[in-house]
Amino acid sequence: MSAIELRGLTKVYPGGVKALDSLDLAIPDGEFFALLGPSGCGKTTLLRTIAGLETATGGAVVIGDRDVTGLQPGARDIAMVFQDYALFPHMNVTDNIAYPLRIKKVGRAARQQKAAEVGARLGLEQLMDRRPGQLSGGQQQRVALARVMATQAQAFLFDEPLSNLDARLRLEARTFLKKLQHELGVTTVFVTHDQAEALAMADRMAVMESGHIRQIGTPAEVFQRPANTFVAGFIGSTPMNLLDGVVRADTLEVTGCKLAVPQSAEGLLHDGEKIVYGVRPEYNVYSAEPVDGSLGGNVSIVENLGASYLVTLDVNGVLVQAVVPEGHEPAIGDEGYALPRRDRALIYRDGELVSA
Amino acid sequence: MAQATLPPEVLDDAKARRYSADAAGLGRLRAGAFVAPALALISLFLVFPALWVLYLGLSNYRLTGAAAAAPQLVGFDNFVKALTDPEFWNSTWLTFEFVLGSAVIGQVVLGFLLAWIMRDRTGPLKRIVEGLVILAWILPSAVVSFLWVALLDRDDGTLNTLLHSQDFAPLLDHPMLSIIIFNIWRGAAFSMMLYGAALGNVPPSHLESARLAGASGWQQLRDVVFPHIRGHVLTNLLLISLWTFNDFTPFLLTAGGPDGKTEVLAVHVYQVALQGGELGYGAAVSTVILLINLVVAVFYLRLLRSKK
Repeated sequence: MSAIELRGLTKVYPGGVKALDSLDLAIPDGEFFALLGPSGCGKTTLLRTIAGLETATGGAVVIGDRDVTGLQPGARDIAMVFQDYALFPHMNVTDNIAYPLRIKKVGRAARQQKAAEVGARLGLEQLMDRRPGQLSGGQQQRVALARVMATQAQAFLFDEPLSNLDARLRLEARTFLKKLQHELGVTTVFVTHDQAEALAMADRMAVMESGHIRQIGTPAEVFQRPANTFVAGFIGSTPMNLLDGVVRADTLEVTGCKLAVPQSAEGLLHDGEKIVYGVRPEYNVYSAEPVDGSLGGNVSIVENLGASYLVTLDVNGVLVQAVVPEGHEPAIGDEGYALPRRDRALIYRDGELVSA
Repeated sequence: MAQATLPPEVLDDAKARRYSADAAGLGRLRAGAFVAPALALISLFLVFPALWVLYLGLSNYRLTGAAAAAPQLVGFDNFVKALTDPEFWNSTWLTFEFVLGSAVIGQVVLGFLLAWIMRDRTGPLKRIVEGLVILAWILPSAVVSFLWVALLDRDDGTLNTLLHSQDFAPLLDHPMLSIIIFNIWRGAAFSMMLYGAALGNVPPSHLESARLAGASGWQQLRDVVFPHIRGHVLTNLLLISLWTFNDFTPFLLTAGGPDGKTEVLAVHVYQVALQGGELGYGAAVSTVILLINLVVAVFYLRLLRSKK
């Protein structure tokens, strides 16, 4: 088990596409780390460069205290679960799990015992003689995990581990993976494009955009204090309200409403400067009665989220969203007021978070 | 709305029967009229000659002489003659050498190597290599045979000029080796293209998974690539074995010689039937070739079916 460190890692594809632009990243030993970003942001390239499946154009990959930048994938002592699990269709479960051990010339009896051990731990005892084609998606995933565990590698890499499962199974697998990772304590990097998955599973995460890391932090930090408007817009199952505004002495003027300066930006703003006011719909307190310092308008859309409703207000032509608990949802056309929580609202100047 | 009350399976069943009987709704007569020209041509050029060969094989039909005017049925005499003739067995053995050397080993290995080396490459090198290999395949036999005779000729052959040697006569000294190399060169393109397509079907993640486990190039081939392309390999073997078995092009290089050393079965039939004039005997040998072809085909198809 080892820490992973990336120093100035750069990957330029032939043709000049810069997939990774001088990335620095330190993942401590035992951490469950998520790489999150929209497709094409370079997160899979980053994972594959750590694995050695892509060669870095510049910079270094350090696993433990070894610089592995120039090493072949097989020499890096890491294991990877692929999006399609990459189980060999002509081998049964035992042979699939034991395959890396076979390549490492572990004796037949020893590797079969190891496969049985790991398989049992993941609840595969009854399936050891089956071929991958005879397994469900969830079972295949567990076989892929077992193969990775059997290697006893320094670090695990998961490429979109949940995206091939159906929605219901995905939640189960999410919980299972997180529990397993904590039990094993092996440094694990996983790639996902699903922000909910990253928030739910990771100890820490990096949000990427076009080859750059835009923010690194715990899920709570990234969710509550996105470092820039890109992260703010990407994280959260309902996107953050990002509203243009102007500082007016001690208050803010946002889409014709007068709002209080959020706690995080107190004393950091200058009179007359243009800012972006950010507040998550979850942190907007909805009220049918006029409230001081709120965004007032007419309800234009009401969406059912299950236990709550997402209400969209038309505030002087700008759409503002708020989450309303069930039973309190307004009707379309009603007058409504969204009061941002001062301890949760954020101010962005030139796209970057304003904070002390 | 009356249809809606029918149980769905009854409806489906009736529908299925109607479709299987007459999917286009043409009626038997008109449908027959559409396929008649094709059937007539197939009968004329494929079925009739095949039956005619079977008949000839049982007769003493000759190109010239009394038996040409009034052939007699002689039963299985021709077959007995073929199976007891050392020349026939010699030709059969040569044919197996030719098929094994040039198709089963040569074209398969060379074609696979080319496909494997070129699999990740793009750009001019790949296009040039593929272009040259395919060119060897699509040029007419008469042209490439002439080129190879010019290459291998004893007196002023290109090979002798290149090697600054004299009197090196591969077609005379190593006739079988010459036609095997010629046929590998000529036919590798098909295997290369087939394996190229097959390799495209090997999931990259499987190869990468093996690489991460530390598998060497050979181990990747053994554990990932071959299991994936096994079906393609067998199909390829079936096709090129049969094509090579029936290939007449060696005749254009060596005319079966010297001294019958390259008289493969296809050439042997030509020699006995058209040079020797024994059409009945030639037809019988052809029938035996057909049977050997069938055995080879059944063998491969069985292997292919036992895949799962």
